[in-house]
Amino acid sequence: MNVLANSELWASTLALAIPIAYAALGGVMSERAGVVNVALEGMMATGAFAAVAVSAWSGNAWLGVLAALLCGALLSMLFAWATVYLRADHIVTGLAINILATGATGFLFNALYGPLGTPSNTPSLPRWVLPGIDQIPFLGKIVGHHEALVYLFFALLIALAWIFRRTATGLRWRAVGENPKAADAAGVPVLRVKFWAVVSAGAVAALGGASLSIGSLNSFSPHMVAGRGFIALAAVIFGAWAPLGAFLASLLFGFATALAFQLQSVSNIAKNLLLMLPYLVTVLALAGLVGRTSPPAADGQPYDPGR
Amino acid sequence: MSALLEVRQLTKRFGTLTALDHVDFDLLPGEVHALLGENGAGKSTFMNLLYGLLRPDSGSVSLEGVSYQPASPKDAVLAGVGMVHQHFMLIPALTVAENVALGDEPRRGFGIDLGSVEKKLAELAAEYHLEVNPRAKVADLSVGLRQRVEILKAFYRRARLLILDEPTALLTPQESQQLFRAVRAFQERGISVIFISHKLDEVQALSGRVTVLRRGQVVGTLTTDQTSPAELARLMVGRSLAPPVRPPSRPGPALLEVRDLQAQGLGPLGFQVRAGEILAVAGVEGNGQEALIAALAGWSRSQGEVLLDGRPLGRLGVRARAEAGLGLVPSDRQEDGLVLPLPVRDNLALRAYHRPPYSHSGVLDLPYWATHAETLVREFDVRPPDRRAPAAALSGGNQQKVVLARELAASPKVLVVSQPTRGLDIGASQFVYSKLLDLRAAGKAVLLVSLDLDEIFALADRIAVLYRGRLMGTVPSESATREGIGLMMLGQEA
Repeated sequence: MNVLANSELWASTLALAIPIAYAALGGVMSERAGVVNVALEGMMATGAFAAVAVSAWSGNAWLGVLAALLCGALLSMLFAWATVYLRADHIVTGLAINILATGATGFLFNALYGPLGTPSNTPSLPRWVLPGIDQIPFLGKIVGHHEALVYLFFALLIALAWIFRRTATGLRWRAVGENPKAADAAGVPVLRVKFWAVVSAGAVAALGGASLSIGSLNSFSPHMVAGRGFIALAAVIFGAWAPLGAFLASLLFGFATALAFQLQSVSNIAKNLLLMLPYLVTVLALAGLVGRTSPPAADGQPYDPGR
Repeated sequence: MSALLEVRQLTKRFGTLTALDHVDFDLLPGEVHALLGENGAGKSTFMNLLYGLLRPDSGSVSLEGVSYQPASPKDAVLAGVGMVHQHFMLIPALTVAENVALGDEPRRGFGIDLGSVEKKLAELAAEYHLEVNPRAKVADLSVGLRQRVEILKAFYRRARLLILDEPTALLTPQESQQLFRAVRAFQERGISVIFISHKLDEVQALSGRVTVLRRGQVVGTLTTDQTSPAELARLMVGRSLAPPVRPPSRPGPALLEVRDLQAQGLGPLGFQVRAGEILAVAGVEGNGQEALIAALAGWSRSQGEVLLDGRPLGRLGVRARAEAGLGLVPSDRQEDGLVLPLPVRDNLALRAYHRPPYSHSGVLDLPYWATHAETLVREFDVRPPDRRAPAAALSGGNQQKVVLARELAASPKVLVVSQPTRGLDIGASQFVYSKLLDLRAAGKAVLLVSLDLDEIFALADRIAVLYRGRLMGTVPSESATREGIGLMMLGQEA
C-alpha cells in the first residue's frame, strides 16, 4: 500500500490521463453528434507531430499547440466530409484516417529530421505552478505543478460541459446524434451541425497529441500515441458519452498506466506484463459496462436528408 | 368567410404513378376539416406537399390569399403551418422544453434561454388544455403526452394551421378524448385543423367538413353532419362494404386448450378454442395480452398446461410449437413478425427454412423459395408483387399479408393472431378478415387477441375478456352486447 500513498503515483495518474482525456472529449463531441470516432488515434498522432514540428520550426511551443489544433481540424474535415456528406461507414473511414495519419506523420518525421529524430532544442510547453496550492501537503504535489495543457484541459472540460447543456449549439449536437430526422424537421441544418461537431472534435483530440509530444516531453516518435486514441474511445463509452464521465474514465486509464510504472520499481513482475495493465483495464471496463449505458440513439448511422 | 387555405388542381406524380390528381381543397379559419382515405389514397402525399416535404408537379396553393410554395418544413413553419406526424418527430433523450426550442432556440448571451421556453409553454398549455411538464424527459412521457409536445411545438412556432396525421392511431380512448377536447379549444381560438384519419367515428365526432380521397382524387367534400358512416365508407373504398359473412359455426373438438396458465402479469386462466371457431380475447391494452401471446408462442416461460390438439406443448420452444401446428401473427409485425431488411422471399421462408422443401441437408433450396414466394405473393395479393423487395419497403397492410401468408402456408391447426388489422386500411382489413374466416370454415381454431370491438364483433364466435391478466368471463358473441363487454373490460361483472 506504500505505492498508493506515494503522491508521485497520483501526479503521474493525472499527467498520463490528460492526453487520453483530450481525445476522449473529442470523442464525446463527435459521438454525441452521431459520428462514431475511431479516428481519435489518428487525430492524436497528427496533433503530436504538428505540435513538435511547428514548435521546433518557430521556437514557440504555443504555436505548436495552435498547429496541432489546426491540423487536427483539417484532418477531421476529411473524416467529417466522408462520414457526414458521403455517408461512408464511420468505422472503416476512421480506420483509414488512422492509417493515413500514422503513415503520413511517420513519413514526414523521417523526411524532416532523419535518423537524428526531434531536434534537441525543440521547446516544450511551460510547466505551471499553482501558487498556494502547490504548498498544500500531499495534494499540492499531485495537482500543484503540471504542464500548461493539463490546466487548460479543465477550462475546456467546463466550457464543453456548459456548451452541451446550455447552448443552442450543444442542443443541436445532441439532437442530431439522437434523431437527425426530427432535428431536420425542426429546422436544424443536420449535416452542417454534424460536420462542425466532428471538425471541432478533431481539433480537441489533436490537443491530446500535442500534450503527449510537447507537453510532458519535447519529442515526437512515430507510433508514440500507442493506442491511446482507442483507450480514449473506450473512455467515451465508459464515461457514458458525457464530458465529465469521459474525463473520469480517462483518469482510470491514467491510473492504470501510472501504477504499471510504479510497480516496475517496487516489484519484480515482468515489465511487459505490467505495461499491459491500461489495456487490460480497458477491456475489463468495457466488458463490465457496455450494455448498461446507452449511446446516442443515432450514433454511427449516416443521415440522408432525402429519405 | 374567405378561406385560410386554398388548394387548386394540385398534382403530384411519382414516376408513372399519379399520387395526387388535380386535387381541390379549402380550409376555413377555425375549421376542422377531415381528410379521409385508405392507405395509399394520397393523404400523406397531400400533407407532405403542404408541409414542404415534397414539391408539386402542377397546381397551386394559397395561404390567406398569398401564393404558398414551401420548399422545406422550415418554410411551412414560418408560414404558420404545423404538422404532427404519425411517427413523432421528437428526441426522447431531450426534455420537453429542449424539444420545443430545437431549431428555433431563444438565446441569452452565448447560452440558450430555456426559462423563456418554459414560460411560453405554460401559457400555451393553459390556453389550449395541453399541460405537460417542460422539464420532463420526453422518453419518460406516455404516447399521449408526447403528442401534446408535438402540438405544443407547432404552437410555439405560432402555427395557425395544424395538420394532424392519424393522431389517434396510438392513443388510448381516454387520451383520444383529451385530444378531441384540445382540438375544440384550438377551433375556438381560430386555429384551423386538417385531421387525417381512416376512423369514421372520429371524423364524425370532430370535423365540420370531410374530404374523401381515393386513388389520388377527391371523390367528394361533404358537410359531416349531413353524411353517414356508410356513405363515407362507400366513397372511401368505392364500393359498399358489407360486413364479413360469417356462416353459423359448427364447432368441433377443442384444438387449443389452456389450463391454469400463469406467467408474469398473467393468469391463472384457462380457455378452449374449438375447431371451426374464432375465440376473441377482448380487453383494454396492457391487461396481459402480450404476456398471453408470449406464453402461447413459447417466447417466455409459463406455468400451467397448453394442449394443442390434445398434445401438451409444455416446455416446447418456439420452433417446436410451430411444428406442432401453432401459427402466430404477432401484434407488432415489424418487430416480431418480419425481418424488415430481408426480401419478401426470405421473410416467407423464415418459419420453415430449416427443413424440406425449403432446404436439404442444411443447404437452402433458393429456387424453391423463389417459386414458393411467387405463389404466395400472388395468392395474397402482396403489392408491389415483388418477392425481392425488402419487407421494409411494403406498406403496413402488405407487410401483414406477408406475415399471414407465411403462417397460413404452414397449415396450422391453431392460429393465434394479435391485433391483425392495427394500422391497416379498410381494404387490407377486409382481406385479413376473409382469411381468418376461411380458416374457421376449414375447421381450424383461431384465437384473436384484439383491442378493436368492431373487429371482435365482426369475427368472433365467443368473446373472452381479459382484465388485469385474468379472464372476466367468456360470452357467445350472439348474446354479447358492446356495453356488457365494455363493462367487463373495466373489470366489472356484466
